[in-house]
Amino acid sequence: MVDELVAEDTLLQNLTKHETAPVKLETRDLSVSYGNNVGLSGVSMQIHDQRVTALIGPSGCGKSTFLRALNRMHELNRGVTVSGRVLLDGKDIYGRDVNPVLVRRRIGMVFQKPTPFPTMSVFDNVVAGLKLQGVKNKKFLSEICEKALRQAALFDEVKDRLNSPGGSLSGGQQQRLSIARALAIEPEVLLMDEPTSSLDPISSMKIEELIKGLSDEYAIVIVTHNLQQAARISDRTAFFYMGRLIEYDSTSDMLTRPSDIRTENYITGRFG
Amino acid sequence: MSDRDFIRAIPVRSGDKLFVRILELLAAVIILLTVGLAIITLHGGIEAFREFGLTGFIGGKIWDPGVSKQFGALPFLVGTAVTSLGALIIAFFPAVATAVFISEYAPEWLAKLVDNLVNLIAAVPSVVIGLWGIFVFVPWMREAVYQPVFNWAMEHYPSLLPLLGNPVGYGLTSATIILALMIIPFIVALTKDAIDQVPVEQREAAYALGATRWEVIRMAVLPYSKGGILAGSILGLGRALGETMAVAMLIGNKNTFPFSLFGPGATIPSVIISEFREAVSSMHLSSLMAIGLLLFVISMLVNMLAAWMGKKVRNERA
Amino acid sequence: MKGHDEMINEMRKIEEKAFIWRQIRSSAMFVVVTLSTMLVIAPLVIMIGYVIVNGLGAIDADFFTGELGSPARAMAGKETGLGHTMIGTFVVDTLALIISAPIGVAAGILLSEYPAHRLNPLLRVMNDTLNGMPAIMKGLLAFALIVRPMGTFSGLSGSVALAIVMIPIAARSAESALSNVPWAIREAGLAIGLPRWRVIMSAVMPAAKNGLVTGFLLAFARAAGEAAPLMFTSFGSNYLPDHWMGFILSPVDTLPQRLYALAVSPYKEWHTMGWGAALVLMVFVAGLFILARILTNKKLQNA
Repeated sequence: MVDELVAEDTLLQNLTKHETAPVKLETRDLSVSYGNNVGLSGVSMQIHDQRVTALIGPSGCGKSTFLRALNRMHELNRGVTVSGRVLLDGKDIYGRDVNPVLVRRRIGMVFQKPTPFPTMSVFDNVVAGLKLQGVKNKKFLSEICEKALRQAALFDEVKDRLNSPGGSLSGGQQQRLSIARALAIEPEVLLMDEPTSSLDPISSMKIEELIKGLSDEYAIVIVTHNLQQAARISDRTAFFYMGRLIEYDSTSDMLTRPSDIRTENYITGRFG
Repeated sequence: MSDRDFIRAIPVRSGDKLFVRILELLAAVIILLTVGLAIITLHGGIEAFREFGLTGFIGGKIWDPGVSKQFGALPFLVGTAVTSLGALIIAFFPAVATAVFISEYAPEWLAKLVDNLVNLIAAVPSVVIGLWGIFVFVPWMREAVYQPVFNWAMEHYPSLLPLLGNPVGYGLTSATIILALMIIPFIVALTKDAIDQVPVEQREAAYALGATRWEVIRMAVLPYSKGGILAGSILGLGRALGETMAVAMLIGNKNTFPFSLFGPGATIPSVIISEFREAVSSMHLSSLMAIGLLLFVISMLVNMLAAWMGKKVRNERA
Repeated sequence: MKGHDEMINEMRKIEEKAFIWRQIRSSAMFVVVTLSTMLVIAPLVIMIGYVIVNGLGAIDADFFTGELGSPARAMAGKETGLGHTMIGTFVVDTLALIISAPIGVAAGILLSEYPAHRLNPLLRVMNDTLNGMPAIMKGLLAFALIVRPMGTFSGLSGSVALAIVMIPIAARSAESALSNVPWAIREAGLAIGLPRWRVIMSAVMPAAKNGLVTGFLLAFARAAGEAAPLMFTSFGSNYLPDHWMGFILSPVDTLPQRLYALAVSPYKEWHTMGWGAALVLMVFVAGLFILARILTNKKLQNA
């Protein structure tokens, strides 16, 4: 049954990609605690550029906690402590002289719920990040907007209504809009927190396709509770359980020959 | 089965009919009072309207109970409009800023404290604010602002003097500033509610784009809260229109045009307060009632606007 | 690819320049917002300070027992106070509470317990309209309803005016308090065969006790501070009435209205007394609010 989870061509592709890709993000002994509760303890792993890395595990296992630690999102909440190091191209993003605003600019994030800014038009939504950075040139903005929308596979659907409000699109379109918005500022890493869980199957499929397309340019880390999705689109998979990283391997290896009994139990559905 | 269906299914027993009758009678008092208010002011003011004509009264510039016995409402309409709108303009930015401070910047203990203090402003009786205004605020304004500006204008721009008026202290400007203070709590309350309702995902999405704290507020929080801010402003405007005691104590009670910036003026509530007790002639009383009717109409319109806005905001949420 | 890289480089350059300004602007806005908040809070704090300091200085032994009398009394340093004002306030306010309570509660019951009643839509609109009316209008109404027919200013008309202020507020909070009572309580009453009116009076109302009392306290606190409606209803007096019924049937002094009169009078001694009156009034109103807050917290604790 596990073999059927992995489509044949994906298997071949994964086998031919040796890990020659450079390491983009590396965590060393990363731990996160909410007050007295430990959400994540001692996670060390490497995330490669131009690869899709999936994070899987049961609810509450720490995969979202881990993801949010990668772009310093925990600092928005009071009472959360993060320890350990997260190295982006070798430099610790939690370093004393590093500004979180700059970190988030290089490491973008897409959330589970599509969040276009409802008072802005589609165009303004896409270029919102650019305008923040100080870009004013209208021609430049239009060019980047079109590029981002094409990357998000949304351009053809909205090219005639760039000025309509961001909230007027369908759910799947809104999520692709959120992705376009994140891509417009040319991040180096894209973090995605269950980006398709609130979408219908057709929209999910479109987004999975665009993720696969993006993986040539970016390092993508995606949290998903859908094992088939991980199998379809990711190159490497990390299994989290009770706040720890249990196993981390190429997707095909992990799903067909998991090394840890807990991984195997999760994959085969003994617990969820 | 909804609650309504359930209620309709409850059998009517003895005593129930009587009980409901009693409730109806008591509650009907409210309806009668409201309708009565309209009728009373209309009935009381009809004499004045007949004498001066509807447009004549509303547009009449002269209010002189003493000599010419002429009564026109325009000075008070202008005074009410100027003080209320002026108060809204002055109060708007500080109120929104305070709401942002409470919701976005302050740690929880400080946010609660500031919120309570702001609500306390609304709880202070208007006469107490008026008292403080007379003996502390106005003398201070006179020394620190009005007289220096007046002297400066006297030296450099004498042509401005008629606009500035006599810097006695009591007047439109002082009353407007105090009025602004009094309506701030209402704008803060509704703005703060609107800000608190902005979904956390909106903020996170803005931060994830690499926005600074202020940029998140500007880009994701405040636009989303537009409805609440507007509703709070209209509510504040409604309160400013009807505010009586503090305004009456600080506005200087001048019933005739021209008004000046620092000089005395009057509003509809202030003239009713200052003249009603001593009004003897029936025309005088009738004119005051007629002005009351104008206030009734204006108040009702603004409140209807506020209610409509409130509904729109709630529907947008859903 | 080259065009793409050029665009990125251009972007990065603009960003670097902008970033420092963005940080500065964010910090500056924090300062602006904080200063604005302080600007809003400062007058309140200053005002309360003045009221406490000047008020305490104005209150002596006679303050609560003496009569005001003519200005000459105060100017000559003779015994003068606001005892008659305190009693008048107590009488007028209590009577207002008695008048408004049945009406406010009845409206609340009708709106909450009989949601399909045909009177409700009109009742709600009228109640909201009345609520939004400035207090001075309510004084005009009481003037026309009571003062004119009676031929004299009176404590009764003042009570009616304050009752008109309180009723819409009380009705709203009564409706809210009653609808918050869980449905199960009504079910239980009906299940044991009680008629509907019994269920409401004996089961729902007691359950909503805290909310009802808090609501009335807040309405009362509002009305207790109002002077405008009293200016031409209870009107005011510098003396105690001859007969105790005079508190109700003839002009009577109340704290808010007296405060206004003292403040705008030309006599310095009366100005000083005004601060005392302000202090007493503020303590009174603050006390009511604090009482309401205590009750609310107790309700939350028991819930």
